[in-house]
Amino acid sequence: MMFKKYLSVLFTCLIFISSARAQLVIEITSGADQLLPIAVVPFGYDGVDALPEDVAQIVEADLARSGLFQAIPRSNMLSMPTKEADVFYRDWRLLKSDYVVIGTVKKLPNNQYRIGFELLNVLSQKPVQKHSSIDVSSKNFRDAAHYISDKVYELLTGTRGAFSTRILYVTAEGDKKAPLFKLQVADADGHRPQVVVESKEPILSPSWSMDGRKIAYVMFRNRRPNIFIQELATGKRQQIAQFRGLNGAPSWSPDGKKLALVLSKDNNPEIYTLDIATQKLERMTNHYAIDTEPSWEPDGKGIVFTSDRGGNPQIYRLDVNSKRVERVTFEGDLNTRARMTPDGRYIVTVQKNDGNYHIALQDMKTGRVQILTETYLDESPSIAPNGSMVMYATTYQGKGILAVVSVDGLVKYRLPSADGDVREPSWSPYFK
Amino acid sequence: MSVTKLGKFAVIGLSAAWIAGCSTTATDTDSSTVAEDANTTEQANDTTENSDQAFGAGQDDAMTSVIVDENASNNNGMDSLAGVETVFYFDFDKSIVRPESREALAKHAEYLVGNPDARVVLEGHADERGTREYNMALGERRAKAISRYLTIQGVAASQIETVSFGEEVPVAFGHDSNAWQLNRRVEVRYEK
Repeated sequence: MMFKKYLSVLFTCLIFISSARAQLVIEITSGADQLLPIAVVPFGYDGVDALPEDVAQIVEADLARSGLFQAIPRSNMLSMPTKEADVFYRDWRLLKSDYVVIGTVKKLPNNQYRIGFELLNVLSQKPVQKHSSIDVSSKNFRDAAHYISDKVYELLTGTRGAFSTRILYVTAEGDKKAPLFKLQVADADGHRPQVVVESKEPILSPSWSMDGRKIAYVMFRNRRPNIFIQELATGKRQQIAQFRGLNGAPSWSPDGKKLALVLSKDNNPEIYTLDIATQKLERMTNHYAIDTEPSWEPDGKGIVFTSDRGGNPQIYRLDVNSKRVERVTFEGDLNTRARMTPDGRYIVTVQKNDGNYHIALQDMKTGRVQILTETYLDESPSIAPNGSMVMYATTYQGKGILAVVSVDGLVKYRLPSADGDVREPSWSPYFK
Repeated sequence: MSVTKLGKFAVIGLSAAWIAGCSTTATDTDSSTVAEDANTTEQANDTTENSDQAFGAGQDDAMTSVIVDENASNNNGMDSLAGVETVFYFDFDKSIVRPESREALAKHAEYLVGNPDARVVLEGHADERGTREYNMALGERRAKAISRYLTIQGVAASQIETVSFGEEVPVAFGHDSNAWQLNRRVEVRYEK
C-alpha cells in the first residue's frame, strides 16, 4: 500500500508541464492511489506549418492534473494511430491502458483549424466518444484542448470537467517595499495570464459573477479601499463602494443581482448586500464583533461569513430572508473565509490548529472536519465549479504561490510563479 | 537642537542601520499612472515620498520605534511632534494600546487638540497570518483603538479617520515573529 502510494507519487512527480509563455508552472506533488490509465496519442496533422500547441499534450496534462488519470508516456506507445480504423487494441492492452484518445488537426482557410478527436475503450474495443470535431483559430488551440479534456473527463467520471474554466489571482511584483499589484486572469492550468488591472496600491478579494463575465474586487485608491466591478471583455468598470472605513470582501449572489460585501461605515465591520441595479444597500448583520468574508451559498438562501462574536473567529451562516445567524464551525482554534461546494454539501475554511493555518473541509450535514493541506500559511480557498478541487494561496520557499488540493485531500499540486508573490486565487464558474 | 535630541537621532541612526532590511525608506518610484481602462485614471500616490522611516527593534516583544519626518518642522507648527513616535505596535490578534505607546499618543492628542484644523489618518496593519479580509478588519480594529485613545484625550472625532491596510502593506518581509511584530502596527499620518 505504502509502496503503491510511493510509486504513484513518484510517477506524478515526473509529470512536469511547462511552457515558455506560461507564468505559472504545474507541479504535481502527490497523487491518488487509484489512477485510471489512459493514452492520449499525439494528434495527426497533415499540414506543413508548425502548430501553435500540442493538443494531445495539453489534454494529457489536464487529465493527469485531475489526479484521477495516469497517462501512458508517449515513448511507451507502440503505435500512434489517428483514426479508429488504425487502432490495434492489443497494443493498448499490453500497455495496460484502459482508454485511448486519438485525434487529428486539419488546417482550414483563414487561420482556422479543425480539431477532431475520439475516445476509445480498450477493453470493449469500442468508441466511448465517436469522432467529433471543433473549429478554432490558432489562438484558441488551448481552448479546444480543454474542451476535449472536459469531454473525456465527463464521459469517464460522470462529473463535468472544469478544464475550460479560468482563475483570477493577484500578484505583487518588483520591489517588496513598493510592489506593483496586478490582478490577473489565466486559464485554470495557469496558462495565458492577462493583466486585468494593475496598481501601486494593494488589490485583493477578486470574485467572479456567476456568468463569468464580470468580476468584483477591492483596490486601494489614495490609501483607502474601494470596491470595483469590472466587465472582463471590455475592461469597463464601476466603483461601487467607497464608504468611510472598510469596503471589502465582495461576493456575487448566485442570481448575479447582488453583491454581499463588508462595510464599517456604521462603526464596525458588518455584512451588507448591495443591489447592483438599484444601488440599494441592505445591512444583514448587526453585531459589535467583526463580521466579514461573506460568501453566498449556491442556492442563494444563505450567506456564510466569518465572525469573532464568539471570542475567536469562526464561520456563521446567515439566513438571507430572516437574517437569523447560526454558528457553523466548532473545531480548530479558528475558522475563517468559508466557501461552499456547488452541491451545498461542504464548506472549506482556513482553520488554525497549533499555530498552523490549513485548508479544512467540513461536512455541512455531519459536521465532520478533514484537514486537506499541510503547506504553510494556507489561505484564500476557492472551489472549482465542479466541486472537485480547491485552489488556495500558500507560502513556499518564502514566496506566495497558488496550490490546488482535491476535496478528498489526495491530489495536490502547486502553481509556482516565475516572479513575485501570487495570492488570492478565485476559480471561475463554468462559462456558458 | 538639544543634546538629548542629538542622542536620539544617533540611536535612530544605529537602529536604522541594523534593521535596514525592514525600513520603508521611500524610493523615488515614478508616480506615473497605472495601466487602466480609458474611463478612469489612477493617481498613483507616493505619500511616503517625503518621509524617512526607520523601525528600531529591541528584544522581540519590547519594540521601540521612531519615525522622523524631516519636513515636520517646516509644517504648520508641527514642531511639537518632531521626533514623536508615529508607529504603534500590537500583540497578535489583539487591538489593545500598549502602555509604552501612551506617552507618544498623548503628544499627538495634545497637538490635535491645539490644532483643531489638523487631520490625522490612523492606518492599521496586520501580520501575514490569517486571511486577508479578516486582517483588514483586524487592522481597522487597531486603528480604532488608537482613535479611541485620542478621543478620550479630547481630540474631536472629526479630526480622525481610521483606515485599514490589513496584511497588504508589510514593512518587514520575513516569516518569523520579528517580522510579524513589526507589521502589527498603526501608523499615524497627518493629512496635509
